[in-house]
Amino acid sequence: MMKFIHKTASPPYFYKLAGLWQPWLAAITVLLLLAGLYGGLIYAPTDYQQGESYRIIYIHVPAAWMSLFIYVVMAVTAAIGLIWRIKLAESVTVCSAPIGAGFTLLALVTGSLWGKPMWGAWWVWDARLTSELILLFLYAGVMSLYAAISDKRVAGRAVAILALVGVVNIPIIHYSVEWWNTLHQGPTVTKFDKPSIDFRMLVPLLIMALAFKVYYVWSLFMRLRVELLDRERNTQWVKSLLMDNKE
Amino acid sequence: MQDFFYMGGYGLYVWGSYAVAAIVLISNIVLPKFQHKAMLKKLTKKLQRAEKLR
Repeated sequence: MMKFIHKTASPPYFYKLAGLWQPWLAAITVLLLLAGLYGGLIYAPTDYQQGESYRIIYIHVPAAWMSLFIYVVMAVTAAIGLIWRIKLAESVTVCSAPIGAGFTLLALVTGSLWGKPMWGAWWVWDARLTSELILLFLYAGVMSLYAAISDKRVAGRAVAILALVGVVNIPIIHYSVEWWNTLHQGPTVTKFDKPSIDFRMLVPLLIMALAFKVYYVWSLFMRLRVELLDRERNTQWVKSLLMDNKE
Repeated sequence: MQDFFYMGGYGLYVWGSYAVAAIVLISNIVLPKFQHKAMLKKLTKKLQRAEKLR
């Protein structure tokens, strides 16, 4: 098992593997997105309270889930990177940050566009919204800290510690709607009893969530390949790769 | 069809959300693609210069 992990996580092997996977990940993402968009915009019925405006859910909720999920991935890979000094794990932490930041921004903006017609305000300083905004700052912090330190091994370790410290914000975001009285509605899907959402509305939502997950892997692999080239620029495998590329 | 774009009067909010989503999703694919090309170019140039010196 450890042998398998070390082989897969070795930069030259992973660089090649990620390149081979990319077209498949792209195709799966596009197919899932098309299915999810059809389901969310055409197939799903109108909401009896919010009318058509609720269709923002198909972007907003999967984006918000991804914003939390990617941060957890970053914290876990940060721990792995710190403990076992696996270079690929460090790179996953770093390369996930811009994607996570994108999803966090998307969740905030679509929340704003949903809040205006439903609550009458673009923004309120509510527990859910504020903790999600802090998450955006955490992502931004990881990105700028990594960019600020020129020695990438040192930078990788600094970023890993920041990512681990910031993980306390994740349960705060998730439970904010239960711990505090907020304007943001409570969970309708991720609770233990039956989801309080119509089945025809739920299926497109889950498809969109899956589409965003595969998309994340796709985008992550692209970023990882750039990062690996940059970090391993003086190694033999990068040099021979460049030689092959030239001819 | 017109109803579809009108979205019960919420068209601007709904389509605005989907437009922002498109921008975010596409940029996180296009940017790394450009960075990858730029990185390959930069490193190849560096390698060529180092070879000339030898």
